[in-house]
Amino acid sequence: MLLIVLIGYICALLVPVIAKALGRSHGYLIALVPLGVFVYLSTYFNRIVEGEVISRQYNWVPSLDVNFTFQLDGLSLFFGLLISFFGFLIFVYAAAYMKGYKESDKFFMYLLIFMASMLGLVMSSNLIALFIFWELTSFSSYLLIGFSHNAKTSRNAALQAFLVTASGGLALLAGFIILGEVTQTYELVEILSIHERVIDHPYYLAIVILILLGAFTKSAQFPFHFWLPNAMAAPTPVSAYLHSATMVKAGIYLIARFNPTLGGTEIWQFTLMIAGGITMLLGAILAIQHTDLKKILAYTTISALGILVLMLGAGTSLAIQSAMVFLLAHALYKGALFLITGNIDKQTGSRDVLELSGLYKFMPFTGVAAFLACFSMAGVLPFFGFIGKELIYEAALHATVQHIALLVAVIVSGVAFVAIAIEIGYGLFIQNISFSERNYKEAPVAMLVAPVTLAVLGLVFGLFAGVLVQPLLTQVSNVVGNEDLPLELHFWHGFNLVLMLSLLTLLLGTALFFVRKGIRKIPLHLDYLYNHGPTAWYDGLLQLIKRFARLQTSYFQNGYLRNYIAVIVAFFSFMLASVLWQFDLKIFPVANFDIDNVRFYEVIILAFTLVAVFVFFKTRSRLTSIVTMGVVGYAVAIIFIFFGAPDVAITQFLIETLTVVLFVLILHKLPPLRFYPLKSFQNGLYIIISIGFGLLMTSVLLLVTEHPMVSGLKAYFAENTYILGKGKNAVNVILVDFRALDTMGEISVLAIAAIGIVALLKLKLVKGKMK
Amino acid sequence: MDEILPFVVGILYAASLYLMLQRNFVKLIIGLIMMGHSTNLFLFSVSRLTRGAPALVDGDAEKLTGIFADPVPQALILTAIVIGFGIQAFAIVLIKRNYDVAGTDDMDKLNTTDKINAA
Repeated sequence: MLLIVLIGYICALLVPVIAKALGRSHGYLIALVPLGVFVYLSTYFNRIVEGEVISRQYNWVPSLDVNFTFQLDGLSLFFGLLISFFGFLIFVYAAAYMKGYKESDKFFMYLLIFMASMLGLVMSSNLIALFIFWELTSFSSYLLIGFSHNAKTSRNAALQAFLVTASGGLALLAGFIILGEVTQTYELVEILSIHERVIDHPYYLAIVILILLGAFTKSAQFPFHFWLPNAMAAPTPVSAYLHSATMVKAGIYLIARFNPTLGGTEIWQFTLMIAGGITMLLGAILAIQHTDLKKILAYTTISALGILVLMLGAGTSLAIQSAMVFLLAHALYKGALFLITGNIDKQTGSRDVLELSGLYKFMPFTGVAAFLACFSMAGVLPFFGFIGKELIYEAALHATVQHIALLVAVIVSGVAFVAIAIEIGYGLFIQNISFSERNYKEAPVAMLVAPVTLAVLGLVFGLFAGVLVQPLLTQVSNVVGNEDLPLELHFWHGFNLVLMLSLLTLLLGTALFFVRKGIRKIPLHLDYLYNHGPTAWYDGLLQLIKRFARLQTSYFQNGYLRNYIAVIVAFFSFMLASVLWQFDLKIFPVANFDIDNVRFYEVIILAFTLVAVFVFFKTRSRLTSIVTMGVVGYAVAIIFIFFGAPDVAITQFLIETLTVVLFVLILHKLPPLRFYPLKSFQNGLYIIISIGFGLLMTSVLLLVTEHPMVSGLKAYFAENTYILGKGKNAVNVILVDFRALDTMGEISVLAIAAIGIVALLKLKLVKGKMK
Repeated sequence: MDEILPFVVGILYAASLYLMLQRNFVKLIIGLIMMGHSTNLFLFSVSRLTRGAPALVDGDAEKLTGIFADPVPQALILTAIVIGFGIQAFAIVLIKRNYDVAGTDDMDKLNTTDKINAA
């Protein structure tokens, strides 16, 4: 099962090679990858339909409970089949569609990465692995939306989609981690078995909010819906695949997947119903208002996603079943419609519904596909969309809460769908408003296969729903609802209330189609909403972040080295102080002080050091400062001698001498030691920071020496210096034997420094080239 | 002595940090060198001061016995001194080079690389 996910990534890496070998038609060969995945997944069909759950675990970071646990149940298989089947059709379509584009091999690479991530997402049952695939889909979506990277709108849309979905992803991660802390596991199966504990936990609310934030941003729910219409800047196959059929459904998948674990509470239900309801109505209204075909489809997609969230929120088994049926119906007709839009766009160069009409004459096959898809979208008997719509009405009728409001809302959006379906099917293809001379050609065969297949499936699934769709969708609904209920799909239920409502919807929708021009003229104060709505919030937030970044960068990274040092040391001191504060520290350990333990000559040396420091601060002479610096160094060396470190002392003498010599050598090349004054406030601040730092280091040393010294290393070297190292001087043996590699590293550092010095001395800058 | 040295270390740290916060390039380097000294002494004191007993194995003995200075921090300090020298030497040459090229030893005039929109 790991292979099924990995194969996409592996093939993605091979795409450039294949593209080089095959030239322009490489897309058709790559389409075999999703087809292979589809066939492989289909072999599990019978076992899954019987209720079996197949899982495989591949250890990744077992110590953190992060593993690739793949699980294939009804829900995963349903999405897996959807992803791979659509993938196949889209790849075939794109192979023809992308011919005019440069670097189309990159396009297929991104698309494969996306498909693999999406498969990983729906098959993972480890939360962290799921999150990683989740973010990978956002990432590949970013690459695909921004595929025409020369256009600024593309880049902005890509960035916007990425920022919205990825920040939702971060919320999701936070939610997963809290959930993991509460349940002590990241395995979904284990979490499900103790879900009562999660629901009663005080953190339940936080978990729900965070996880739903992830789902809502991905599935474009209000108020995060705005990125989806902008994402239409992507090439049309991407819009069809990612932004209507699969990626935006990832949020729905997540909600469905977590419904058994987190669902059933009022918070869960009402959040979903409110967000879904608003999204559904908003999408429907905005779809009517627009005239760009892709935008219209984008807004109806938002509306459809709203319906799905709403139904999952309603939470009855009927509602869940209806959501899953509608999901499939929507994927089929919306995928087809997007591809049809692609054909129209490609052949006519326009996507504006006001400019297009009578296309059937020129593009009969595209037209037939459009009719079929539109019938399904409008919910006409016996198309699959009809079954989906009927179930939704029925679920709304039997909802436990607010069923009248629910019913009215779904009917309103249904009416809008009907009007848009007529607009596309009739308005674009049959209605003939004469424009200037036109002569369009039908799209090539490769670009017809996918939309026709999808549209025909919408009819076939409707006619034979009981045989073709029912078995799997029963399993899907049972996984989501966490119960065993039969699902019966027929397109004919007899003359009942729901059928009447369906007919009413069709009538109202037709009416809406005829008055749509008038409706478009109603201003609705959309400008106000656009200027002050979520898009404006997004822009404002982005500006705010940029301004903040600029502000803090210019404050902390202002180019003055001393400022950096001061900030770093002050922060370090603060951290150190906050730890030291917890100890009962005797800064003046008078009680322990033993005057007999101090030798007179030691005090002399220390006094020398302090005097040297003092003189250093007083002098303006270069030579004197260097000499005082040397004095400090020698004094330190003498302290080493006093306390049993002759090797260190010798090195220190040598190095100190060399340093002084080096300084003196370049002295005549330097200006006199000027004193550059600091502002008195800054100077005072620096004095405080310096003294505070010194005090802290003193405190640390005093604190350390208060405690007994325990060193296993000291004992080890005492034992083994001669026996293992064959040397009598422990320090030397450590350096050249026990830690010889460290010494080699040290020598390398010296060598690098030496090279740097030579370079600095020898480098000759040509005048005029300095800048 | 264990009680006095920490104060000396603290004073050295304070002085060297204050030097590093100055605008003069030379003072910055000398501050850096002195901070090296402070840190070496700091490490040395952490391992406790043992008067006049280097970690040497006696003539015929096979092991170190009795009271002796801890060799581990000494090895660390040795390494630190040598590496510190590499940095010091580089920094000293850098002062010279910088003065040759930029004509100043004022750190405040060497801050254009971090300016936003400097380019």
